[in-house]
Amino acid sequence: MLDFPLWKKLSLWAVTLAASLLALPSLFNVGGLDWPAALPDPEVNLGLDLAGGSHLLLEAKAGDVREQRLQNMEESIRQLMRNAKPRIRIGDVSTAGGQLSFMLDDAGDIDRARGLIEPTMQGATTVREWELQVVDGQRMVLEQTDAGVSQAIDDAMDSATEVVRRRIDELGTREPTIIRQGETRIVVQVPGLQDPDALKQLLGQTAQLEFKLVDLNALPTNIQAGIAPPGSEIFPYAPGTPGEGQSIAVQRLGGIRGDNLTGAQAGVDPQSNQSVVNIAFDAQGGAKFAKLTSENVGKPFAIILDGQVLSAPNINEPIVGGRAQISGSFTPESSNQLAIALRSGALPVPLAVVEERTVGPDLGADSIRKGMLAMGIGSLAVIALMVATYGRFGVYATIALVFNVLMLLGLMALGGFTLTLPGIAGFVITIGAAVDANVLINERIREERARGRKVIAAVETGYKEASRAIWDANLTNVISGVALFAFGSGPVKGFAVVLVIGIATSVFTGVTLTRMFVAGWLRKTRPNDITI
Amino acid sequence: MKLLKLVPDNTNIKFLKLRIPFFVLSLVLIFGSWAAVLANGLNFGVDFAGGQEVRMTFQQKQTAPIASLRELVGGLGYGEPVVQEFGAPNQVSIRVALPEGAEDTPGAATAIGDKVIAAIKAEYPDARRDGNDTVSGKVAGEFRDQAILALLAAMAAVSLYIWVRFEWQFGVGAMFALVHDVSVTVGLFALTQMEFSLQIVAAILAIIGYSLNDTIVVYDRIRENLKKYRKMPMAELLDLSVNETLSRTVMTSLTLFIALIPLLIFGPPSLFGMVAAITVGLFIGTYSSIYMAGPLLIWMGVTSNSFIPTETAADRQEKIARGEV
Repeated sequence: MLDFPLWKKLSLWAVTLAASLLALPSLFNVGGLDWPAALPDPEVNLGLDLAGGSHLLLEAKAGDVREQRLQNMEESIRQLMRNAKPRIRIGDVSTAGGQLSFMLDDAGDIDRARGLIEPTMQGATTVREWELQVVDGQRMVLEQTDAGVSQAIDDAMDSATEVVRRRIDELGTREPTIIRQGETRIVVQVPGLQDPDALKQLLGQTAQLEFKLVDLNALPTNIQAGIAPPGSEIFPYAPGTPGEGQSIAVQRLGGIRGDNLTGAQAGVDPQSNQSVVNIAFDAQGGAKFAKLTSENVGKPFAIILDGQVLSAPNINEPIVGGRAQISGSFTPESSNQLAIALRSGALPVPLAVVEERTVGPDLGADSIRKGMLAMGIGSLAVIALMVATYGRFGVYATIALVFNVLMLLGLMALGGFTLTLPGIAGFVITIGAAVDANVLINERIREERARGRKVIAAVETGYKEASRAIWDANLTNVISGVALFAFGSGPVKGFAVVLVIGIATSVFTGVTLTRMFVAGWLRKTRPNDITI
Repeated sequence: MKLLKLVPDNTNIKFLKLRIPFFVLSLVLIFGSWAAVLANGLNFGVDFAGGQEVRMTFQQKQTAPIASLRELVGGLGYGEPVVQEFGAPNQVSIRVALPEGAEDTPGAATAIGDKVIAAIKAEYPDARRDGNDTVSGKVAGEFRDQAILALLAAMAAVSLYIWVRFEWQFGVGAMFALVHDVSVTVGLFALTQMEFSLQIVAAILAIIGYSLNDTIVVYDRIRENLKKYRKMPMAELLDLSVNETLSRTVMTSLTLFIALIPLLIFGPPSLFGMVAAITVGLFIGTYSSIYMAGPLLIWMGVTSNSFIPTETAADRQEKIARGEV
């Protein structure tokens, strides 16, 4: 018991002091002091609920990915059949029920058609993305495989995460955290943001820009009733545009998507003095755009953003420079937002905000102040009770408690963990529960003394016999801490982190450190009796 | 120096004499809690109910215009809002539920949140948004599932650990004690209709860990005494163990209690519910260590023979020498 070799003492002090020193930068920060810049500064991150900021959980509509793939496949099949030599004629393509099906005019083409389509069914990976069936010898049915869909969703989410990152960077927010979560979700955390509305609007915008030819043959009454002619689809005008409340029919295929942009800038049209967005296509997109406009001079084409028509101007002349201007009743803000969204690329899937948590910076600072005050009073109360009950042994427990709090803070800083509002409660619980170990040890020493054991034997038995219950009790706490960590979202995870690290530090300080203190004292004074 | 002794030495309180009435009381508390949850339901916060909650400070007013806020937000067509003071008289939290059928519409909740905030800001320009939580129905449903799963998993894992470290009867005893503690805590939230949020579930998970600390101390002593007093009747042995460890039980609960009280009084208002749950759970846990975890051992037939497997080689030698085997 009394045997604490020098190397053991030194290493215990080294660990204790090193971990405690790591807490200093965080303490300086909370106290409003400047930590010298020349020194390393591991610091506890403050959670959004303490520092202020926004947490957004975005969810993609997986169904839209299926939809999109179906449409892409349809376009590629039409093109393949048209370009086949000789051309393979097919009837209407149905996309009902999430599968593509079409009749070949000539059943004899079936093997040729299959030979052309099969290679496109294999994506970039080894996953088989489509199943092809031939029904009645003449009808081809293509169905997406689950593996193919989940592969596509995975790809879409990866690039959506990238797009979200670019958009947030464009807003100039500092230190955003953007993480993919699960299959279809993205977590965005932006510290210190006063007004998350602009961010939400920007992220909520898919920014899928499309140019499609207006179907001039559609009857206005049919459009009103929502009945699209074959090969066409109906889009409503966007709110705020002159055509608001009306819809137009456009040709479903043969349009251009705004994927191939090299730039987008908000500007003002010198003639109308309206806010506009100027876009520039890359070489490929520019060529497609030139082809579309030169083949359809004099006809109107619709500019569609996220399923809503911005405008449907006439093509006066072929546009070959790869530049275009989009107008559509923008305000300066909304044109700027659209420009950012277009620059950072369209989201491959629409995202919706399914959870938002925003905390203003004032509230967080207030919480820290109140939490610190409560922690201070609580600590003093615990210390007073421990010293009054166990005398010298209570003082040792107090010193251990101070190191415990410092080490806990220091290790959190070292690990880059986040202190959240519930984490403050975790600190208080740790303070109240850390001395439990000392209570168990000291009570056992009392008991052994009452049974007539000599001082050193009593202390030794106290530490030995109490440690079993200390161990078991703390392990059950770790178990519930792990459940907490697995369960929680951000703030609750912060609570779990404090509890679990606090358990580790409190066993170290409450058992090992106090044992060293007690041993040192007993060795020096060799008392015949102790007050406990 | 005379040291403080909250529990006198050598107490001999006959705790277990009243084990049947107290066990019945415990059962009544458990089933009563379930009945309260079924009858009253829990006042789910935004985390579990979905919808949205805004917290605002009225910077140029002494007190927040709660009545007119209720009217203003109520007039937006999202049903009756919950408007209450939060922290200070000029601070409020406003909660609006998600309309029926909006559970599966992603983004519906945030849209409502934006409208509520805009409406209040238009009417009261000095209103400062301190924060808002907006949770869609789907996410809220996931939180509910996760909460139930986490609670069950934690209870099972902790009981399993006790079983491994002690004997199966002790594991079952711990499980009952946990069911008791969790049920009664949840029941209190059903009774008081305090808001039940993610933080409260976190508090209950913490209780699952900490309420067993006392139980473990008592169990540890029971095990020790079972080996020491092989012939002592079980009820007597339990009483002895509880009494011997009483000062520990009181002190460990008290240190946590006096650390939590200032947090309850001076701490951030948004932590109140969580800290209250832990504080109450602390008492319930201490009670159940004595009256749930103990008596069950008698009824499940724990005797000193239960620890035969832990008998050491030396014990065995001694027995052989005495000719008992």
